[in-house]
Amino acid sequence: MTAEREPQPRVLAGGPHDIGGAPGENPIDRAEHPQEDWEKLADAVHHLLVAKGHRRHDQLRRAIEALSREDYDRLTYFERRVHASQVLLVESGVLTDAEVADRLQAEVATWR
Amino acid sequence: MAVRPSPLAVGVGVRVRTTGPSGHVRTPGYLRGASGTVVALLGRFPNPERLAYGAPAPLVALYRVEFAVTDVFGPADGASRDVVTADIYEHWLEEVQDRE
Amino acid sequence: MSDHHDAGQEHDPGPRVGLSPFAARSRVLAALLVEKGVLTQDEIRRQVAATERRSPETGARIVARAWVDPRFAALLREDFAAAVAQVGVDASGLVQFEALFNTETVHNVVVCTLCSCYPRAIIGNPPDWYKSTAYRSRTVREPRAVLAEFGLHLPPEVTVRVHDSTADLRYLVVPRRPSGSEGLSEEELAALVSRDCLIGVAVAASPVAA
Repeated sequence: MTAEREPQPRVLAGGPHDIGGAPGENPIDRAEHPQEDWEKLADAVHHLLVAKGHRRHDQLRRAIEALSREDYDRLTYFERRVHASQVLLVESGVLTDAEVADRLQAEVATWR
Repeated sequence: MAVRPSPLAVGVGVRVRTTGPSGHVRTPGYLRGASGTVVALLGRFPNPERLAYGAPAPLVALYRVEFAVTDVFGPADGASRDVVTADIYEHWLEEVQDRE
Repeated sequence: MSDHHDAGQEHDPGPRVGLSPFAARSRVLAALLVEKGVLTQDEIRRQVAATERRSPETGARIVARAWVDPRFAALLREDFAAAVAQVGVDASGLVQFEALFNTETVHNVVVCTLCSCYPRAIIGNPPDWYKSTAYRSRTVREPRAVLAEFGLHLPPEVTVRVHDSTADLRYLVVPRRPSGSEGLSEEELAALVSRDCLIGVAVAASPVAA
């Protein structure tokens, strides 16, 4: 048993999201960007899917936490959410990754 | 999950368990093994560790626990009286009897 | 422990300017959900509009009312949803809200280390920095250094109480009413309460400066 008042060693055992107290002195970047349309869309879609009983917010968190540390750190907040949203929709059989990929391909084609 | 005979009282000392179920949990790593004090019973909520997998989730008691920042992270400049509180589900807490 | 050198502090991606590859993916997911009849275009439009109407001004209004009406303040402490309903705010929903009152001796600040829980239904979306790695990792470990970066230097006799929103509650900080604000109207008082006050990284502006 550790002596009282003695800080015990901590196991940072969680996933890439479990960063409370992590070492580092990085200053906080206080620049703010207005929410982009695709971010608002992602928020609205998730909110509606929760409200209509298709998923729980806890499930979205779980899918975000399953990202590798590299991906978690590389992606922005809303990018993680869009990724996780797709994971859940595929998981529940609403759509397939192939469908999404095909549609993305088609979108890109219209930009050319 | 063990059923607690009676709820933890406000003011009792608790230690956060170091290990729990694998997968989605809401008990942050930096508080695992830390000792604090129950400051409120917040109610009973569906267990997020089950909700995260779309499973039926029994209600579990949720407590607000207060920790001294220095107890968790060691002494730091000017932080001697500062505290951090977190909301922690009952199965992550064990009562500590022998607190000073 | 407390040898806090190096290790593991990843850089923040921060807000990214320009087109994210996830922008198209977000639109594709919405379009497919509409085509499959899971959601309707109209529902999505209305939800986006509802989200856009949320603003920290709502939180500021709640604070101003608490400053002028002790009975409202007491109710806000006991039953947040019932109190804010009196000022036309709907706080019913899946999460519960709680007001954290700053006092002469306690200053509250809110963080969510695990994700970025925030009282969105009351004050809208969190700023980018609230979701940043730096804010999420540092606020629980060195709250005073973080507050100092926001220009908030608290005397040592004030306890900083950091609230890590780890579960089903969302927190709104009620700053102290600034001196010199006697005689101001509720609207004028609300103008002293910034979003950052409601998170706890600032205090209410003094009326002279406002």
